[in-house]
This record gives sequence, structure tokens and C-alpha cells, in this order.
Amino acid sequence: MTDLAVATEGLTKRFGSQTVVNAVDLAVPSGAVYGFLGPNGSGKTTTLRLLLGLASADEGEARVLGQEVPRSLARVLPDVGALVEGPAFYPYLSGEDNLARLDAADRTTDARTRATRVAVALHRVGLTAAAGKRAKAYSLGMKQRLGIASALLRPRSLLVLDEPTNGLDPQGTREVRALVRSLAEDGSTVLVSSHLLAEVEQICSHVGVMSRGSLVAQGTLAEFRAESGQHVQVDTPDVDDTVAVLADLGLTQIVPTIEGDGPAVRAVLGDQEPERVVAALVAREVRVRGFAVSHVSLEDRFVSLTGEGFDVAG
Amino acid sequence: MSPGEPQKARTADASTARSVAGGRLLRSEVLLLFRRRRTVGLLAALVAIPVLIAVALELTSTPPAPGDGPPFIDQVTQSGVFVAATSLVVAIPLFLPLTVAVVAGDSIAGEAGQGTLRYLLLAPAGRTRLLAVKSTVVLAFCLVAPAVMAGAGMLLGSVLFGVGDAASLSGERLDTSDLVARIGLLTLFVGIAMMGLACIGVFVSTLTDVPVGAMAATIIVAIASQILGGLSQLDWLHPWLPTYTWLEFADLLRSPIVWDSFRDNLALQAGYAAVFLSLAWARLTTKDVLS
Repeated sequence: MTDLAVATEGLTKRFGSQTVVNAVDLAVPSGAVYGFLGPNGSGKTTTLRLLLGLASADEGEARVLGQEVPRSLARVLPDVGALVEGPAFYPYLSGEDNLARLDAADRTTDARTRATRVAVALHRVGLTAAAGKRAKAYSLGMKQRLGIASALLRPRSLLVLDEPTNGLDPQGTREVRALVRSLAEDGSTVLVSSHLLAEVEQICSHVGVMSRGSLVAQGTLAEFRAESGQHVQVDTPDVDDTVAVLADLGLTQIVPTIEGDGPAVRAVLGDQEPERVVAALVAREVRVRGFAVSHVSLEDRFVSLTGEGFDVAG
Repeated sequence: MSPGEPQKARTADASTARSVAGGRLLRSEVLLLFRRRRTVGLLAALVAIPVLIAVALELTSTPPAPGDGPPFIDQVTQSGVFVAATSLVVAIPLFLPLTVAVVAGDSIAGEAGQGTLRYLLLAPAGRTRLLAVKSTVVLAFCLVAPAVMAGAGMLLGSVLFGVGDAASLSGERLDTSDLVARIGLLTLFVGIAMMGLACIGVFVSTLTDVPVGAMAATIIVAIASQILGGLSQLDWLHPWLPTYTWLEFADLLRSPIVWDSFRDNLALQAGYAAVFLSLAWARLTTKDVLS
């Protein structure tokens, strides 16, 4: 349990009759950059709220940095930097004063080093020039940066970043990616939620996918890639033989199917070579009517896990 | 880095720094409230009352007859400091509670509405500590608001009308330092009188994410309570209303001072504070912060 920065067991949250987070078993290893994926409304933010003690779970347990939450929140939270559901500030205070106020709210910080830490955090997100401006004059992207700066006011063991690149321009997005990498290099665990697959693919070592309140998949990015990758489809009337041959060759997820007007078999190719598959099929006298190799992207995998529909889960 | 290590170092650090750190959020909160343009505007509006009264008196040639107009106004010609007393009494039913309702109603709901409540809690400010700091500052505002008004009234009144001896309600003469002390006492009385309402406002503020709603609800409580207080059919209820003691300040202007009403006011407001701050605590420490 101690090598997990975040671990939950059966975490469940209901709003009225609706189960928003349903028996989620999250496992975020220490030092990982964990991409928390899911369409809008899939329960990512609510899960983060439960972890951070903003909302209380109806069932299940959660441990953050080895300590039980919400019981030990007061000890855990100073070690956690968080950006949850967008940044929020006092519009009439400057960026600098906003950070100073949040820092004052944390009674474990040292007031003498506050000004320096605020300046460093602002510098890290490229806001030094706008430090004295009122937050209401900030653009969406600048507010997002300020939100990230507030998570960086002190060294943290865990960073929880909910949609950190929301509203950022391409440069800002790149900077955030670089920032997340550098934080991970410093030894922090980063739990970053996103609905942007490309973003997660670029920075994460681990992935968890939420759909309609449930964690439908979780693992290392490499495992995810392996499950995507190359797929083959064999059009053949000899379905049983084909399944046997493909299984012999070590292909996975072999599924007999109907393609167009004839039977077919689909499978994940893995590291097997397509030409060897064809040779093996022919050697067993399977009547191959068609053979296709296709690449299934992470996106296809994501969509297959979370459903095709564009509508948010109700 | 194991999460246990910085933890240990911090606990040692924290225990020495705790006394300092306890006041840190309070300081931040005081600055946040009193530097805010809206608060300054509210206080300026309160100052406008003695200004209007003083200017109106200055511009009329005939001094008001005793018993005419608001209390104490006829005594302004004896001593200008009575401008302060007149202003306080005029502001008690609506204007002062309005400013208190704005500040109290905004206390938690304002943070929730703009989303900063979640970041304060993540800092972590601690829910109980945050409520303690917020209520302290709201109660401080209850004292500051009448004090600013009274200060402006005494200053302006003594400049325009001069100072002098005046009669107490029991007929003895009070010199200027006595008068200033009495009006100071009256100001304190009025400040304390607002505290029950302020605590109701803090509680309402924990129920919603819409600060304007909490402000409106609080001022409605103040007005409804005064309406009920005016219905003689409900006189069994009157001693329990938060506004019951609001206008019971006359004893402070007798010689010697009769303290009963001051004590009653203190007891009533302390009771309201205890009940509604407890409710606010119960609500804030259990609520899901979803804004």
C-alpha cells in the first residue's frame, strides 16, 4: 500500500438516486504521472473531490500519500497541490495577493519565505510580468497558469491537476506538459485528469479510464498501447480453424464476427508478423477470403471503453 | 521521497509556528474584507448618514423642537457629538443591519460562489478554523461599522456645532468627556446588538453558493423580526427576537448608567451567536463543496 500515492477501494458517491462515482479502485503508484481519462461527466472531478476531502464518499475507502482520508486530511493536504475544476480567485486581488492568501490559509507554511515562494511559483508558470495585475484582468489561460502556480507554492509529494491545459494556447499547453514532466522528475506523483487523449499519451506513465462513474480500465501506458496497436481481420468461412491458428500464434482478443455478408475473425496482432499469420492460415488450409491489418489507435481504444456517443453521460 | 519524511519535519516546525500561524489567516481575512472596495463603500454610505444629518441641521435656521424628529437631534445644538447618537439610532432599523447582512451573507457563500472556498479548504485552511476566522471578522465588522459612523458623527458634529455640556436623560449635566464616553458605550451597544443577526447571516451563508441570496435572506430576517416585534399580540415572542434589544439603549444615557439593558442585549446576542454559529459549524464541516 505504501508504494501507492493514491489508493481507493470501492469509492462510491451518490447524488440523490444517481451514482456519480461507482466503486472506483484507483491505484496511482508513487512517482507516476497518472492520466485520469474520461469523457465529460464521467465522474473524474467528483473522484478527485472525494480524494481531497471536498466531498465525502458514501462508501469505500481512500488513502492519499499513505494516509487515510478524509480522517488525516489536515496532515495530507499540505503535501498535495491541487487544481480542481478550474482555477478560482478573488477577482479584486492581484495574482500575487491571491497566492499569498492561499499560502496564509495553510498554517504549515513559513510566512517569512512567502514572498519568495509566491514569486518562484509565478515565475514557474510564466506570470511574473502579470503578478501585480488584478486577477479579473487575467485571460482564461493566465488564470489557469495562476491556478497551477497555487499548486506549486511549496514542494509537494502529490499534484492533482484537473484539466490543467483547459483554455491554454498551444504554447501554454506545451509549457504545462514540460512542467508536469519536470515535477515528476523532481519525484512528485502527478495525477492529471483530462479528456484529451493526446495530452495524456504524451506525458503519462499510467492511465485510468472513467466511464459513467466507473473505472473501466487502469494500467501503465505501455499496457494500453499493447492492447491498441495492430489488429488483424481474417474474412473466412472456417471460423473455428482460424481461431485455433490465431491462438496458436499467440494473438489475443480473438473475436469471431460477421463482417459485411460473411463471417470473419478479428484479433490483436501483438508482436506477431502479419505474413506469418497468413502463412500459418494457408498451411492449415483455411479458406482466406480477405486479410486486413489495421492500426487501432489509443483513441479507438478509449472510445471502445467509454462509448461512442457524443452526449454526456446523464 | 517517502511521504512520511516531510511530514515529520513539518510537525516539529508547525508546533513552534502554530501560535503565529493561527493569526495568519485572520490577518489575511481582515485585510481582504477591509481593503475590499465594497466594504469601503458600505462604510462610506454609513458615514453619509451623520454627514446628511449635520448638513441638514446646519442649513436650517430653526433648531428642532424637543421630541421632534429622531432621538437626540434636538440636543445637537447643545453638543455636536449628539450627531453621532442621532445617526446610530437612525441607522439601527435598516441601514446598519443591511451592511451587516452584506458582510455576513457573503462570508462563506461568497467564497463558495467564486470557487475560492475549495482552494482555501485544499490549502488546507481547515473547515472549523475557516469558520472561526470568518465569524470573527464578521463580528468585528459589527463593531467597526457603528464605530466609523459614530466617529464621523462626533467629529463633524463638534466641528459644525461645537461641544458643550448636555443633560442626561435623568436630568444631570454631562460634560464633553462624559458625553463622548456615553456615545462610545452606545456605539458598543449597537455593535453588539448587530451580532445575533450577523451570526444568523453566517449560518445562512453556509447554506448556499449564492452570496446575494444569503444577504437577502439575512436582511429579511432583520425586517421580519422587527415587524413581529411591533405586533403586540405576539408580545410573548418579543424577548426571543434578535432585534428585541436593538432600541433599548436609553439606560446608557442616564446618570448613573443603568446596565440592565446592556446585559440583556449581551445575553440575547450571545445566545443567538451560540445557536447559529453552532449550526453554521455543523453545516460547514459536513457539506460537500461542489462549487
